[in-house]
Amino acid sequence: MKTYDAIVVGAGHNGLTTAAFLAKAGLDVVCVEKNDYIGGAAVSRELYKDWMYSNCSYVCSLLRPEIFRALELHKHGLQITPYGGSCQFMQNGDYYGSYHDPEVAYREMARHSQHDADAAERYGADTMRQCRFVRDSLLRTPPDPTSFRPKDIRELLTIGAKFMEMGEDRMYETIRFWTMSVAEYLDEYFESDIIKTAYSGSGIIGTALGVRSPGTAYVLLHHYMGEVDGNVGSWGVARGGMGAVSKSIAGAFQGYGGELRTEAGVDKIVVKNGRTTGVALENGDEINGRIVVSAMDVKRTFLTCMDQSDLPEEFYRRVQNFKIRGSSGKLNIALDGMPRFPALPDGSTLYQSDMHFIDTMDRMERAYDDWKAGTFSKDPYVDMVVPTMTDPTMAPPGKHFMSCFVQYCPRQIEGREWTSPEKEAFAKSVIDQIANYSPNFKDLILHYEVRTPQDIENEIGITEGNIFHGELTMDQLLFNRPVPGYAQYRAPVNGLYMCGSSTHPGGGVMAAPGANAAREILADLNRRNTVPENFGDD
Amino acid sequence: MTVQEVPQGRLRTPFYERMSQLDTLNAWHEWKGYTTPDALYCGETEYFAIRNATAVFDVSPMTKYRITGPDSLAFLDRLVTRDMMKIKPGRVAYAVWCDDQGQVLDDGTIFHLREGEYRLCSQERHLDWFMASAIGFNVDIVVETADVCGLAVQGPTSYSTLSGLDLPGLDQLKLFDLMHCDFEGAELMVSRTGFTGDLGYELWIEPGKAEALWDAVFEAGKLFGIRPIGVHALEMARVEAGYLAPFEDFLPAKGTVRTGRTRSPFELGLEWLVDFKKPNFNGRRALAEEKRKGSTWRLVKLNIEGNKVANASYIFETHKANKGNIGFVTSAEWSPVCKQNIALGTVRMPHGAPGSTVWVEIYYQREMHWSRAMAKAEVVDKPFWFPPRRSATPPGPY
Repeated sequence: MKTYDAIVVGAGHNGLTTAAFLAKAGLDVVCVEKNDYIGGAAVSRELYKDWMYSNCSYVCSLLRPEIFRALELHKHGLQITPYGGSCQFMQNGDYYGSYHDPEVAYREMARHSQHDADAAERYGADTMRQCRFVRDSLLRTPPDPTSFRPKDIRELLTIGAKFMEMGEDRMYETIRFWTMSVAEYLDEYFESDIIKTAYSGSGIIGTALGVRSPGTAYVLLHHYMGEVDGNVGSWGVARGGMGAVSKSIAGAFQGYGGELRTEAGVDKIVVKNGRTTGVALENGDEINGRIVVSAMDVKRTFLTCMDQSDLPEEFYRRVQNFKIRGSSGKLNIALDGMPRFPALPDGSTLYQSDMHFIDTMDRMERAYDDWKAGTFSKDPYVDMVVPTMTDPTMAPPGKHFMSCFVQYCPRQIEGREWTSPEKEAFAKSVIDQIANYSPNFKDLILHYEVRTPQDIENEIGITEGNIFHGELTMDQLLFNRPVPGYAQYRAPVNGLYMCGSSTHPGGGVMAAPGANAAREILADLNRRNTVPENFGDD
Repeated sequence: MTVQEVPQGRLRTPFYERMSQLDTLNAWHEWKGYTTPDALYCGETEYFAIRNATAVFDVSPMTKYRITGPDSLAFLDRLVTRDMMKIKPGRVAYAVWCDDQGQVLDDGTIFHLREGEYRLCSQERHLDWFMASAIGFNVDIVVETADVCGLAVQGPTSYSTLSGLDLPGLDQLKLFDLMHCDFEGAELMVSRTGFTGDLGYELWIEPGKAEALWDAVFEAGKLFGIRPIGVHALEMARVEAGYLAPFEDFLPAKGTVRTGRTRSPFELGLEWLVDFKKPNFNGRRALAEEKRKGSTWRLVKLNIEGNKVANASYIFETHKANKGNIGFVTSAEWSPVCKQNIALGTVRMPHGAPGSTVWVEIYYQREMHWSRAMAKAEVVDKPFWFPPRRSATPPGPY
């Protein structure tokens, strides 16, 4: 029976990225996927005839350009097109829009608060300073602060030097920033509730925390540090939907000679004498491999697909306690035409933006309160975008696909599994909220798909459907991600690695975890490194 | 008697009113006497209209000549370096023409409109040279720059857009084909050409029908993301496509003063346009000599590591910049669609063979301070961007 050099479990974008870099280095790699389609949570699916749905992730900014370039993803059909800004509808009939052109953005902000428009420059510089600190770490393996290996010490010194370079005041600021709530952070700059609300959304997306919970300031950064072609903070759509990301990486992987196997769900990662020897599939087949790389989240990898007896007790306990909470759902809608939003002028670029329907920080926090009580938000935070306003390929001309990311939505409802009427009620809460600002919206709905965390978990396999494969809180970031002592992509079993978003630097369709894992694996195998370095800003 | 003065300031093309209605930036510059937009809304957004949807660019200021008469083919064959016999009616040829020293005077497109009837479009004005080259030929050369206006309609949905105009035969129009159709009683010429390296067309019509054509195209493109664009976006696309721009990547020979600042077709990577099998043509002897003895310069397409744009950079053989440069960059940008740091440059032979490595010295500024980096660059053979949709016939909907 054949023995592969490497088996990658899960054909999401990170699994495929690891697989592609390993194959590029000349390894004989197979990537196995439980579904009959690849992509994990970066997929485009035709769920209604002639409509492609980005039914999980829906916009793109964090995907590292270094990886795009190294894998020549443009040759495999990936095109990212930036879309226009964002928009916040208000209950009084007004709106707040953000625009690409800085002077237009300034004027719109000044319309709501002259003070805040002037403060935006300070906010931008301060946030960018934090951002630079993190961006530099994205394509690097986090150092282990307890290790005395030269590599770790060197890496710690690099980070330390960057920190010292900031100067005393800014070092204090940085430490505060990493532990603050997004509400507190924004209070230091802005007075207008609508402007604070607009910025705060990025602090809670994908997170089981509220705008006033400590740690959410960092989550804001996580959404801000991406870029489209050097425009930091810009977001784009993948032409053809988010499946184009996975498809292009798979194209590169296969181009390097890699093998993809779908409908090949892994039942167990096989360990013999403290070393992985391959995987046992759900259909009973076994695949032998010298190493196994799991792109699944850590809980699924270690608690579901391995025997507890093969793992150190302390590690197992920490994985059990890893925070990966279902907090968001989705509503994906096929539309017969673009809904009108009477607050917006006809032809406004804001029709291409991501739209939101909550206008106060209190409403943001109340939405979280519902989740804590074990149910979905009655007045949800919806991040709604119509990618077909930018992408001509996902729906017939004049028709549209609408993606609604909805927060908050628990994995279980009041402590038990969801029922169909409850799923419908969840969908209705979103549709009703949008319809408050768009009278013809409901009439244009041709089809919709409701996705609770439970649905995402069942279909994609991510525990609790958590979009980041685990909370982005300080206790689970950098050298603590996924668990202390195991941040360098190696599992506590020989020949077993992790490359999913549970590892540094986390989720968001970055492909950085996958690339970093590949670099570590290639180093262990004494192979040529194929993983690119950070471009760097300086 | 008072003599009517020539128009002062910048001329306006027949599409000016329509463009200015959609303009939000008020950023224009001069192009061969006409005013032309840098950008109308946002240069980057306009660039993405080229790569993602439909972009419309006013090419009316291009210098245009109508070449007719019994010897028109013989004349053109004498004028340009490529074999014009192969360019049948209904076809378009990209061509360069040289002086007697084999140095490029300009490049342009020659449209074989009908048997023996041609239109030549170029950046520069050449009647002087054309008339001199036409001695002994029975040929008429007429400047028609202001008599024909043009719209480039480019991008992956450009075919879908133009399908709304009822242009019979559009689906079968191949790359570098042209066809004539009726547009409101006027003759509309449609060619599958462009300066973007993507799926695209150019529409040519008399100025009186310009606004009606514009309106029809924009109506047809409403559901296909149509957007008017300025030069900024087009410039980004043309570098990705590896196309040359006069005064950036080469100088038209007749206007240069210093020796050695001109280039031959070989030195611009256009060897494929030089055909020694055909009868005599301008510059033939010099080019044959150059082919025998070797060229001085070579145009290179560079894929440069990192993301710092190599504007006006010197090119070196090694990462040490102490041995003297081997050339310099002429056009450079970050390519959004390829996610590559790309450039066109000119290097001394024998450096810069495709597949070889050179080094580029990049100066870049961050918050007032300047830094310098030596970046490795791979010399590539192919254009950076050449999607299959560019030449697919019939074209796809997007």
